[in-house]
Amino acid sequence: MNTPSQAKPQLIIIGNGMVGHHLVEQLIERGATEQYRITVFGEERHRAYDRVHLSEYFAGRDAESLAMCDADVYADGGVELRLSESVTAIDRDVGEVVTDQGRYPYARLVLATGSYPFVPPIPGHERDNCLVYRTLDDLDAIRAAAENATTGVVVGGGLLGLEAANALRGLDLDTAVVEFAPRLMPMQVDAEGGELLREKIESLGVQVLTDRATQHIEDGQASFHRMVFQDDKVLETDLIVFSAGIRPRDELARDCSLEMGERGGVVIDDRCLTSDPAILAIGEVALWNNSIFGLVAPGYQMAKAAADTLLGGKLTFEGADMSTKLKLLGVDVGAIGDAHGNQTPGARTFRYLDEIKQEYRKLVVSSDGKKLLGAMLVGDNAYYDTLMQYYANAMELPEDPAALILPSTEGAPTLGADALPDGATICSCHNVTKGAICATIDAGATDLGAVKASTRASTGCGGCAALLKSVVDHELEARGVEVDQSICEHFAHTRQELYDIVRVEGIKTFGELIDKHGHGSPQSPGLGCDICKPAVASILASCFNEPITDAAHIPLQDTNDTFMANMQKNGTYSVVPRVPGGEITPDKLVVLGQVAQKYALYTKVTGGQRIDLFGARLEDLPDIWGELIEAGFETGHAYGKSVRTVKSCVGSTWCRYGVADSVGMAIQLEHRYKGLRSPHKLKFAVSGCTRECAEAQSKDVGVIATEHGWNLYVCGNGGMRPRHAELLATDLDDAALIQAIDRFLMFYVRTADRLQRTSVWRENLEGGLDYLKAVVLEDSLGIGDELEAQMQTVIDNYECEWAGAINDPEKLKRFRSFVNDARPDPDIIVTEERGQLRPA
Amino acid sequence: MSTATAEAPTMTQTWQTLCTKADLVPHSGVAAWIETADGPAQVALFYLPGPNTPEKTVPGSNTPQPGHSPELYAVDHHDPFSGANVIARGIVGDVQGEPVVASPLYKQHFRLTDGQCLEDETVRLRTWPLRLDGDKVEILA
Repeated sequence: MNTPSQAKPQLIIIGNGMVGHHLVEQLIERGATEQYRITVFGEERHRAYDRVHLSEYFAGRDAESLAMCDADVYADGGVELRLSESVTAIDRDVGEVVTDQGRYPYARLVLATGSYPFVPPIPGHERDNCLVYRTLDDLDAIRAAAENATTGVVVGGGLLGLEAANALRGLDLDTAVVEFAPRLMPMQVDAEGGELLREKIESLGVQVLTDRATQHIEDGQASFHRMVFQDDKVLETDLIVFSAGIRPRDELARDCSLEMGERGGVVIDDRCLTSDPAILAIGEVALWNNSIFGLVAPGYQMAKAAADTLLGGKLTFEGADMSTKLKLLGVDVGAIGDAHGNQTPGARTFRYLDEIKQEYRKLVVSSDGKKLLGAMLVGDNAYYDTLMQYYANAMELPEDPAALILPSTEGAPTLGADALPDGATICSCHNVTKGAICATIDAGATDLGAVKASTRASTGCGGCAALLKSVVDHELEARGVEVDQSICEHFAHTRQELYDIVRVEGIKTFGELIDKHGHGSPQSPGLGCDICKPAVASILASCFNEPITDAAHIPLQDTNDTFMANMQKNGTYSVVPRVPGGEITPDKLVVLGQVAQKYALYTKVTGGQRIDLFGARLEDLPDIWGELIEAGFETGHAYGKSVRTVKSCVGSTWCRYGVADSVGMAIQLEHRYKGLRSPHKLKFAVSGCTRECAEAQSKDVGVIATEHGWNLYVCGNGGMRPRHAELLATDLDDAALIQAIDRFLMFYVRTADRLQRTSVWRENLEGGLDYLKAVVLEDSLGIGDELEAQMQTVIDNYECEWAGAINDPEKLKRFRSFVNDARPDPDIIVTEERGQLRPA
Repeated sequence: MSTATAEAPTMTQTWQTLCTKADLVPHSGVAAWIETADGPAQVALFYLPGPNTPEKTVPGSNTPQPGHSPELYAVDHHDPFSGANVIARGIVGDVQGEPVVASPLYKQHFRLTDGQCLEDETVRLRTWPLRLDGDKVEILA
């Protein structure tokens, strides 16, 4: 890496964790590559991943889905990323970074090395199966050790310790937590809160031992280890995970004599500069104002300040609030500001304890009762957002502050979005204020999705989703933007309302619906339009699944549905026969070739593992389908807002890695759901192992085989706005998989907006993934049977629309080029390219 | 992108029989081929029977347009935006009570009474008077 004198100065970033990654994002976004050559060193083999959600790795998420960005973001942004390369020294005298592979000169250097888990020097801590919980490699080691273990212990009952305990539970180990302090999470909760937390966690089957100092670890009798405590009591276990706090990874800085804190950490100023102005430090390695910030949000703020410093700006890091809300082992815990009430003289507290529901809340207020200094929540974080706003904006408390933590009843004061000042931070991950949200709305954003896309609010931890929605709704309303949900001028109803009307009243035609519920006068409710007609056609099909070629339904359909083919730009159509799971016999493949030759069709393989035949003239469609049906094909519904394909990898039948028959499952699913009409198209995939060759995590419904069954992912999307699917359920057997998909699909069909893909529907679903899980897996709404029954109706009424049409002379009349002339449309002109015909 | 509008009936125009009523599709369209004094044309025929059909009027006036049936419309089959002959395959409906067809390709709306495109005032489809004579569908072209 010799740098010619003319070249841009070299910026080196050591560390590719979440904070280091955020810095790179900032730099790319701000065009820093114009000014610097940028090289990033990461010692792990994975590029930056989401450490906050690390425990999901055991719930089925893999390294790729935890990654902070797509693989090519760095390269596309002009940033060199060197993974699996450890920096061993910094030579400040010559300005070079030394790695295990070479020396690299730098002009500016950023330390984003993060922290490492502290392992207390207990005799025996270096034994086999004594592990830590920090990186994906650590998790792989834990998983490997758990193979031969039945019990596991986490040493450390703080935030990360409880996360680790959750991970061990996820590996089916009998799990215990050993904490040195008298209670769990001593940093966040007090004695009462800690007691409640212990009860809740013990009720999940996790053993909790507090006030325990481990003296040494030796060979066990029944298990691999025996832990001996200060009172000579013992605990046997097969596996130990240390999670006793973190320490800054500051050895590089120490070795090159940068100024260090007494207890570690690289000292930085407000601009993230270390004692050497060529070198910056951010994240958990950095010591600012004698504090280390062990949360991601302050790290991001440092990254922003550092990016600005590198670009010559004046932005400073001004400290960060350590308030946090978490869900640990399913238990809500929140701490705001001075939650213990020991930082301000004269502070007063309010406490609410419910030992039945297991909820605890505490307010710490100023001596005059006017300002919120801190708060503590165990059991229900619903109170967090409002309290956080009072705290962060130093707002005056209501007359009776206790009402803020009492169970919500009517009349309890709630903090409306209008009460927040413009400077109020709504999203702390991306530091988005209410003022910034208002500015986006003033600039033309008219819904939540647009605000999220433009400000990135609520795209970090997602904790502010509910608050963001209420702010956006309120601001839109305040601007007189009536959030009009009417589907079009003919109906004053949303799609969901129309759906309910159709179901409840058993309405079977568009005419009946518009006569009874149309918006116009009773004498003339109007004809409908190209918005409401196809939407109602889809609803009727989802409910009753009558053939769309029936006379009453024909005028409702888009041309693609009417002619059961996809219109192309020159007025011809493309034909896509169904190829379930992408499996096709050689004989059928030959037929497709013969049909394409006979009718001069252009052929192309689709992304959904089918073959698309282009350029079919309207009047040829019935003959083409006659031949296809004769050969055993049926319609592929490529023209409908409906279930399209179930893509699959070849699975265990052929593949040496496959753990299940993915093709068989794909074919089963495709036959089950084919023809289901929905608010928008639906794509499925089934992968036979975790290598995921069918790309199921980019589909509306993705199924991935595991050793124990199937993992079900939902609401993914490719296309314009790609979205990773989310894990809905794990290790399902065949029947449970189908039940879950039945319910999921019908719940979507029932509640989604017109032309709303599952991804957008999911993002707008109040309650998010947890709510969806509750509805689908736990039947929290009590509609599971109904959804399944409705799916069964659709399945029972399935018929191939083309098979129905080619035997009905009335239906075939529509496929004439002209009602009064048999000539083909003379204006369709084709030319040859690469051996096939295309529109001229 | 403008298209000539229909002229008032002249001596060269005659009522031509196109098809029977059974060839039409209620609340939808079919295509027909006609020969005119200006050469051949592809025409989209729409049939909007029933009580919900707006009264057929000349835009800007309240009097029914003379010469053709209130439920029948004929406009160019040729879509000026895509250049393809597809208008008969669009969805028909009404916008503010005016009957329209939406192009199946790029979804522009054309008023059936006078062919005017609602999204682009410089674009208009030709229209022809269309009527029923008993069971026969006749066009003045």
